[in-house]
Amino acid sequence: MSKPRSFLLDFEKPLCELESRIEQIRELAQENNVDVSDQIAELEEKAEQLRQEIFSSLTPAQRLQLARHPRRPSTLDYIQAMSEEWFELHGDRHSSDDPALVGGVARLDGIPVVMLGHQKGRDTKDNVARNFGMASPGGYRKAIRLMEHANRFGMPILTFIDTPGAWAGVEAEKQGQGEAIAFNLREMFSFDVPILSTVIGEGGSGGALGIGVGDRILMFEHAVYTVATPEACAAILWKDASKSGQAASALKITAWDLKELGILDQILPEPSRGAHADPLAAAGVLKTVLKENLEELMQLTPGQRKERRYQKYRAIGQFQAA
Amino acid sequence: MSLFDWFANRAKSESPMQQRHQEREIADGLWTKCPSCGVLTYTKDLQANLMVCSECNHHLRVDSEERIQQLIDPQTWKPINEEVEPVDPLEFRDRKPYKDRLRDYQNKTHLKDAVQTGTGLLDGLPVALGVMDFRFMGGSMGSVVGEKLCRLIEYGTNEGLTVIIICASGGARMQEGMLSLMQMAKISGALERHREANLLYIPVLTHPTTGGVTASFAMLGDIILAEPKAMIGFAGRRVIEQTLREKLPDDFQTSEYLLHHGFVDAIVSRTQLKKTLANLISLHQPFYPVRHLQQSDSQELNHHTMNHHTMNHHQATQTPIQSFEQS
Repeated sequence: MSKPRSFLLDFEKPLCELESRIEQIRELAQENNVDVSDQIAELEEKAEQLRQEIFSSLTPAQRLQLARHPRRPSTLDYIQAMSEEWFELHGDRHSSDDPALVGGVARLDGIPVVMLGHQKGRDTKDNVARNFGMASPGGYRKAIRLMEHANRFGMPILTFIDTPGAWAGVEAEKQGQGEAIAFNLREMFSFDVPILSTVIGEGGSGGALGIGVGDRILMFEHAVYTVATPEACAAILWKDASKSGQAASALKITAWDLKELGILDQILPEPSRGAHADPLAAAGVLKTVLKENLEELMQLTPGQRKERRYQKYRAIGQFQAA
Repeated sequence: MSLFDWFANRAKSESPMQQRHQEREIADGLWTKCPSCGVLTYTKDLQANLMVCSECNHHLRVDSEERIQQLIDPQTWKPINEEVEPVDPLEFRDRKPYKDRLRDYQNKTHLKDAVQTGTGLLDGLPVALGVMDFRFMGGSMGSVVGEKLCRLIEYGTNEGLTVIIICASGGARMQEGMLSLMQMAKISGALERHREANLLYIPVLTHPTTGGVTASFAMLGDIILAEPKAMIGFAGRRVIEQTLREKLPDDFQTSEYLLHHGFVDAIVSRTQLKKTLANLISLHQPFYPVRHLQQSDSQELNHHTMNHHTMNHHQATQTPIQSFEQS
């Protein structure tokens, strides 16, 4: 078996060095039977400080790295960690079953729900099979099929967004990628049941929005949501792909930016060092927040929910009218 | 010097003058060169033919002003929400500040943003019409395009009107970030309500219709029409070529390609567009059962309906054949 890779991000390096030094000192002290617990406690406090410093002042580009972290929990990780029962459903009933978009019926704290989301791979082989979480038209059609199912049986819909974008390929165009996404956008406004959409990692443009119309939009603190990937934006507007860091800042892609723009409803805190550092804790946070929101939404009538959903999106946009 | 050289020299010495002459006439706007076949046409003739080259049927680009004139009966156009103007919510700056970009395009086009909306009569039929203008930042969709189209659709829903949107767009406007992306959902929501009211919505896809516009209102029509040889797609051709590292077929993402794969209902020449729209709208007017059309007070209405029936019959034999010829 190969050694597991650590996937260390650049900005984590100073923290990691400090941590390994603490470990060295501890080992040395043990070998030589010296009590250094005071010094270690001091150093650990320092490490904690450094950790907070680093993670509280992340640039949008660094957050993007965290959102794309190969060890970041995926849709299936969250679903399996949160639900007591889970039965995956397959196929769009037209011609395909897209592994990049998964979904099924589940029980969340006693409540039957439909959960679905983009699925990135856990390793290279899995990623190739899952097309790196880039869904095809069949994926969006499977998603809407599951949502219609949920609506028919009065099950709340929970969607999880984690995609670089909808798949851009010849087959996808031939099968109507635009139509598939557009259809979902319209239909999601028609459902009576509550819809909660959570951006768990990367919210990539139309491909994210295609399952992203909800009564509430939630987002993990290190997740991002973009109109176009910063790389594409830099290539188009700056004519220079290396300006993606600048583009990431300019595009306003973090949870706090989106809250300020009136798009996002709630930011979910992540375990220190990000969701991948403690996936189970992240799933715990997600489950609690989903339950709270569901309880509120279930107090409303279907008509009220639909009206509020409509008004939520209706209010998004900034312009002036003399 | 051979005779052949003499001719060659003569041609050389003549050509610059001829070229200058040509250029001036084009610059004067008197003549327009078809970008497809290169034939020069007297601009007024070209306009009379709705900017369709009579030589090769190429559809030249038309701006929103011209488009409204082509579709709406004279003196019936009533613009709405003209006062809605863009702002710079992200204080966006790439190689140039977004504010400056907006101002430049506003000066150049005399438009506030990339869409005109309003109501008017189309062959006597009342419609709510939105026309995107590709000249304004590539017809990109930001908050203003979203808001104006949304208000138009809501107006259509409240007044029971058919909505027509002439699409021409490079997609979502990056300079307004996520606000632009969310306009896709906002407009789709408005269309859901229009649909619930059993009202007709017809998008007309013109060159080019891509990205977030394709992935929202362009593909949500009850009936979707497209102009011949328009480029219509979700992802950009170059993006796909880059990811796949192979050349794509020439007809990829054209109107004809979409018709072939079942995503548009018909390809309609611009010269037939107004007539086709009128016929389709009148075909979808609620049918009045005879018991409502009794006595003299309904005679006018009856007459009206009859008129449309004859027109439709006449058209039904024409339009489809034409669209197949073009495809």
